[in-house]
Amino acid sequence: MKRILFFFIFIQLSLLLPAKTIIVCSSCEVKTVKNAVSLAKHGDTLLIKKGVYYENEITIDKTLTIIGEGFPIIDANSKSKLFTVIADSVIIKGLHIKNIALSYTEDLSAIRIKKQKYFVVEDNILENIFFGIYIEGCKGGIIRNNKVTAEAVEEFNSGNAIHLWHSKNIKILNNHVEGARDGIYLEFIDSTLVQGNTSTKNIRYGLHFMFSNDNEYRDNTFETNGAGVAVMFSKRILMYGNTFTKNWGTASYGLLLKEIYDAEIHNNTFQENTIGINADGSNRVNISNNNFIQNGWAVKVLGGCYENIYINNNFLNNTFDLSYRGSLNGNSFNGNHWSTYSGYDLDKDGIGDIPYRPVKLFSYIVNMTPEAIVLLRSLFVDLIDFSERVSPVFTPNNLLDERPLMRVIDN
Amino acid sequence: MIEVKDLYKKFGKNEVLKGLNLTIEKEGIFTILGPNGSGKTTLIKSILGMVLPDSGEILINGESVKKQWNYRFNIDYMPQIANFPTNLSVDELFDMIIDLRGSEKRKDDLVKLFGLGEFLNKKLGNLSGGTKQKVNIVLSFMFDSPIIILDEPTTGLDPVSLIRLKDLIMSEKERGKTILITTHIMDFVEQISDQIVFILEGVIYFRGTVGELKTKTNKESIERAIASILTETYA
Amino acid sequence: MLKILKYSFYDLIRSRWSYVYLAFYLLLGSVLLFLNNDLSKAVITLMNVIVVLTPLIGTIFGIMYYYSSREFTELLLAQPIKRRNIFLGQYLGVALSLSASLIIGLGIPFVAYGIFYSGAIWDYITLLITATFLTLIFTALAFNIAISTENRIKGFGYAILLWLFMAVIYDGIFLLGLVMFSEYPLENFSLIATLFNPIDLSRILILLKLDISALMGYTGAVFQKFFGTNQGLFISLGVLFVWAITPIWRIVAKSNKKDF
Repeated sequence: MKRILFFFIFIQLSLLLPAKTIIVCSSCEVKTVKNAVSLAKHGDTLLIKKGVYYENEITIDKTLTIIGEGFPIIDANSKSKLFTVIADSVIIKGLHIKNIALSYTEDLSAIRIKKQKYFVVEDNILENIFFGIYIEGCKGGIIRNNKVTAEAVEEFNSGNAIHLWHSKNIKILNNHVEGARDGIYLEFIDSTLVQGNTSTKNIRYGLHFMFSNDNEYRDNTFETNGAGVAVMFSKRILMYGNTFTKNWGTASYGLLLKEIYDAEIHNNTFQENTIGINADGSNRVNISNNNFIQNGWAVKVLGGCYENIYINNNFLNNTFDLSYRGSLNGNSFNGNHWSTYSGYDLDKDGIGDIPYRPVKLFSYIVNMTPEAIVLLRSLFVDLIDFSERVSPVFTPNNLLDERPLMRVIDN
Repeated sequence: MIEVKDLYKKFGKNEVLKGLNLTIEKEGIFTILGPNGSGKTTLIKSILGMVLPDSGEILINGESVKKQWNYRFNIDYMPQIANFPTNLSVDELFDMIIDLRGSEKRKDDLVKLFGLGEFLNKKLGNLSGGTKQKVNIVLSFMFDSPIIILDEPTTGLDPVSLIRLKDLIMSEKERGKTILITTHIMDFVEQISDQIVFILEGVIYFRGTVGELKTKTNKESIERAIASILTETYA
Repeated sequence: MLKILKYSFYDLIRSRWSYVYLAFYLLLGSVLLFLNNDLSKAVITLMNVIVVLTPLIGTIFGIMYYYSSREFTELLLAQPIKRRNIFLGQYLGVALSLSASLIIGLGIPFVAYGIFYSGAIWDYITLLITATFLTLIFTALAFNIAISTENRIKGFGYAILLWLFMAVIYDGIFLLGLVMFSEYPLENFSLIATLFNPIDLSRILILLKLDISALMGYTGAVFQKFFGTNQGLFISLGVLFVWAITPIWRIVAKSNKKDF
């Protein structure tokens, strides 16, 4: 008991001691980051001056604030991982970390934080990494203003730029992630905010959710990724104001919904993706006030989708507005604007007087015989689409927008 | 000088020219006669290079016309049906042909002669058939070439213009030109022909003056002379 | 040849029908742009119209011009001009005046709307290039039909049939073939079948601009290469060029052997 008390007092005392700052530079007393970490006490600050530091496997086991001045380069020389944080409330800021080794057995990372209550990683540049920022088992923290770039070529030998696992209450803000396998990867993550990030040229997903509930991502841009965002096996995800563009490729999409419940998808822009939203088992999802512009397929509904509501969306100049499998299942497409709508509005209430059929016969033919895509926009195809619209044989009879909006909605 | 040697031409199964020979050495007016389908127009068009003969040879001034086009600088041609681009005015048409062919010698005189002055700015599409024919005449005389070929030149002309045309043809002859004419108007033939070339079934059946034709057939008028040839051969 | 071209061109651009054609495109372009206020949509609608209409107009104008100027052509044939130059001149006169109507008719509203400051400029230029190609090709095809067919009614019929075949029937048979043999690999077949129809070819050029997102969704390697790289663009343009040159060449060859 006494010993415990002493220990406690000691801790209290050490906290009261003024924290000191250790300066690291090539001409300083302390010349390496690793050395500085080992010299530092709990609560100290390491100030790393501009320069190049060849380091490897630095384990931070006490609460430290590591600040780079003028983006000092910490280079692992493609031989190892770098920072592993096993202490709470560590702040890593202003570093330029380079050349993390590739491994087939271990997720070697530039910064890895294990099982802590809080951390801050901000304003860093991470370049040529395997995994960039790797968070596991954390209960809070901020990843902000980092620029993470990798040169991934194939999925099996590349890592994720920002990788979160089994954590919650994390904020991922205004980062730029590029060229990794997944730009941002979240698995078993709850109550997390992903906002203002740009995720581009990642070979798999711009953002990848798995088994993660009650998260929100908003105002992010996902451009030219293998696929934009995959949201899988998750509940209550809010997706607001994101931009999904130019996610091109075989079965590539802006947004994949797989086994999703009760999500809200509002005010997003899907532009020039092969598929805007690819819904494969999504339920009670509200999709409203989004813009679908010049996508191959604006929305592809594959099956197992119930009670999804599409309303107040703009479908502008997509090759196909909708591809649909199965029966209606309580999904609703009423009250959207479709640029290919050719009906009229005699009573001038802004709602077209005849319903719109968003599914074209030709999209069925293309599903069956993909090569037929070369006949897109030919007069013959227009003719069969027209006849199908007049008397539907192949497309579900009740798949309609009963209240198509005449004007583009100002989303 | 025009030489036509052994000319053959078939249209499909229809053999129109069957070894036709004709030499015209000197100036003068030669009317080419013959029943419908005898090969008059085919002969003319062969000379002009519009119809390509199956075999045989045509020489103008001693040179073969085959695959040539320059020799046509020596020929003025007036086609049977004058159908011009309807959107051009008369003057524009003249300018165009002059542009294509080189400078004209006497357009203004001819225009005056046929009273076309007031039509010069009219669109060709708005002209009557007779006026078009006058345009046609001006067009074919204004280059003053040594050889003139007229295909049914009298069609649609009023009497005054007809006389003027006749005078024009005569004066051209005086100036030493070789003139080939096809026509069905026998008066016209009688009045102007130096020689008649009568084509029958693809060869020259008769060649000579009007008088010689009458003598040969023992008839008073040229119409009867021709009729008798036709009834004899077809009888 | 240039002289004949000049006169045919002037003759045609002063005809009522050229004005009608020009006015049609002016109206179409203006209505699409100023009523819709959506440049991309206007370009798409135009594409649908143009791919069908320019071949039709080219065919009809070509065949009508040839037949209606037949006597005049005879007049020209008697002049000291090479045959080749007469026919090429007339052909180019028709084709270029149609192209001029098209380009001016569509140009004015789009320039007025500010196409030069828009991202759709390349889509628009592609559209004009293909429309011009289609005009050149179908006018040449019409001239071919006219030269080979003395009977005007027949010639006209053949020309319309040709258009109908290229614009609709060909694609119908094509699609039927694709669906019937869908268990076989059809990538190469479908690309090659496209090359044999200039309308399809032009469509592909436009698709490359407008629908690349959808085209990239296809799995096959041949398609990926064709549509994903510039290969598709160059092959399509090249074959369109062949499509234009071949009938023009035949106009010359045929006219050199023809009796008038």
